[in-house]
Amino acid sequence: MEGLITSLTIFVLAIFVGFEVITKVPPTLHTPLMSGSNAISGITLVGALLSAGHQHTLLTTVLGFVAVVFATVNVVGGFLVTHRMLGMFRKKEDR
Amino acid sequence: MSGALIDLSYLAASALFVFCLKGLSHPRTAVRGNLYGALGMLLAVTVTLLDRQIVSFEIIAAGLLVGSAIGAAFAVKVPMTAMPQMVALFNGFGGGASVLVAGASFLEAIALGELRSDRFLVAVGASGIIGSITFWGSLVAFGKLQGLISEQAMVFKGQHSINAAIGIVCAFLAGLLLVHPDDPANYVSVVGVASILGVFLVIPIGGADMPVVIALLNSYSGLAGAATGFVLDNNVLIIAGSLVGASGIILTRIMCRAMNRSLGNVLFGIGGTVGTGPAPGEEFYEGKVKSASPEEIAMLFDTARRAVIVPGYGMAVSQAQHAVRDLANLLESRGCEVEFAIHPVAGRMPGHMNVLLAEANIPYDKVKEMDEANSGFSQTDVALVIGANDVVNPLARTDPASPIAGMPILDVDKARTVVVIKRSLSPGFAGIPNPLFAADNTVMLFGDGKKAILELIAALKEF
Repeated sequence: MEGLITSLTIFVLAIFVGFEVITKVPPTLHTPLMSGSNAISGITLVGALLSAGHQHTLLTTVLGFVAVVFATVNVVGGFLVTHRMLGMFRKKEDR
Repeated sequence: MSGALIDLSYLAASALFVFCLKGLSHPRTAVRGNLYGALGMLLAVTVTLLDRQIVSFEIIAAGLLVGSAIGAAFAVKVPMTAMPQMVALFNGFGGGASVLVAGASFLEAIALGELRSDRFLVAVGASGIIGSITFWGSLVAFGKLQGLISEQAMVFKGQHSINAAIGIVCAFLAGLLLVHPDDPANYVSVVGVASILGVFLVIPIGGADMPVVIALLNSYSGLAGAATGFVLDNNVLIIAGSLVGASGIILTRIMCRAMNRSLGNVLFGIGGTVGTGPAPGEEFYEGKVKSASPEEIAMLFDTARRAVIVPGYGMAVSQAQHAVRDLANLLESRGCEVEFAIHPVAGRMPGHMNVLLAEANIPYDKVKEMDEANSGFSQTDVALVIGANDVVNPLARTDPASPIAGMPILDVDKARTVVVIKRSLSPGFAGIPNPLFAADNTVMLFGDGKKAILELIAALKEF
C-alpha cells in the first residue's frame, strides 16, 4: 500500500509539473510539442527492454521484442522528426 | 549496477524530460530542449540495459535496430504537410508498446508464480485498456488523415449506447482480472474489447475536429505509459507518462476552447452537424459574390500598405506554403507590410499551419496568434484567406443560433478588402454558409490554392 501511495504522489505531482511547464508553450510550437512529448511517451521502451531481456518464456520474449520495436519507432522517430521540424523555426534576422 | 544508482539515473532522466518540455516554450531554446529529451531517453535506456536481470541482448539489439530504422526512415522522409498523420501513427505505437509490456509483465508474473497484488492487476488492466484505445484510435485517425478511410464523420444510430455498452463490458472484463489473476485469456479479452472501443470512439469524428482527437490521443499515449509505470513500479515511466498526459490534456483544452465547444461535444456531440439542416443553397450567395481574376487582385495588392495572410487547411492540401512565402517576399519588396494570422484550429493538428510556414522559411515573429492578429485587421488593406472557411465566418459573432456561435474567429471581415482563395463556395466543416464570401468588401479568387497564388505572383510582377 505504501508503495502505491508513493507512486500516486509522483504521478499527481508530475501532472502538475507538466501543466505548469506546458502552459507556457506558444501555439507556434504546438506541433513540435506533440511530436516531442510523443517521443517522451516512448519511455515505455524501458519496460519493453526488461520484458525482452528477461526471457522467462518464449511468449513474453516475443511480446517484449515487438514492444521494443514499437517503442523505439516512437522514440527515434519522435525525437528526429521534432529536431527536423524545430530546425525550420527561424527569426527574421537568422535567415 | 546497484538499484539506487539505477533509480538516480531514472531521476536524472525525468529531470531532463522536464527541461525538454521547458525548452519548447520558445523557438530559440526548443532545439536544445529536444536534445535534452533525447539525452534523457538515452540515459534511461542505457541504465536499463545494465540491469542484472537481463540475460540476453540479441533480441533487444534486434528490436532496437528494427525500430530505429523504421522510426528514422519515417522521420526523415515525411513531408511537413503529412505531420498530423505521422504524429497520430507514433502515438499509436506508444500505446501499442504499453499494451505489450503490461501483457508481458502479467504473463511473467504468472509464469514465475509471483504474487499478483490487486494494485498490479489494476495497473495491468488500465495499461491494456488505455493502450489499446490509443493504438486503435490512432490508427483510425491515421487512416482518416492519410485519406485511407473517409474523413467524414461516420455516425450511425445508437452509436453512443453501443459505445457505452462496450465501455461497460471492458470495465467488467478488467474487473474479472482481479477475480481470476491466473488466466491470461482475461487480459486478451480486455485488450480485444478495448481495441473495438478505440476504433468506435474515433470513427465518428470528422476532419476539422481532428486537432482535438490527435491532442487527446497524445494525452492517452502518455497515460498508457504512466499506467505501465504502475505495473512495473517504475518512476521514470510514471513521471514521463504524466508529463505527456498533461501536455495532451492542455492541448485538447486549448483546441476545444478555440472552437467554443466542450470536449464532450467534440467527442460525442454534433460531429460538425453533418447531415443536419439544409445545406447552404445557391440562393444564399446568389448575385452577391464577386469573383475576380488574378490580375484584378494583383491591382488590389499593388496599392496595399499592409496585408495579412490567413492560411487554412486548404493551404496544406494544395502544398501552397512555398508559393505563399514567395508572394509575401514579393509584397515586402514592394513596400507592403506582410503578416500571417493563424487560428488555433486551422489545419488538422495543433500548430499545423505554423510548421508549414516555418518549412517555407517564414520567420516565426511574423506569424501572429489570433488575439494579436484580430487587433490589426482594422488597419489592414488586404486580408488574404487561403483555404480557410469556418475560422473566418462572421456568423460566429452575429448569429447565436449558428452551430459555430461564440467560436472565436479571425476578424478578416474588418479589413478594408478581403481576398478569399477557394476552390468553390462549398461549406466548411460546420456545414453552414459563410456570409464573408458575399460581403461587399470581399472578392473571391476561385481555384487551387497553389495555382492561384502563383498566378497572383505572376500578375503582380507585371506592375
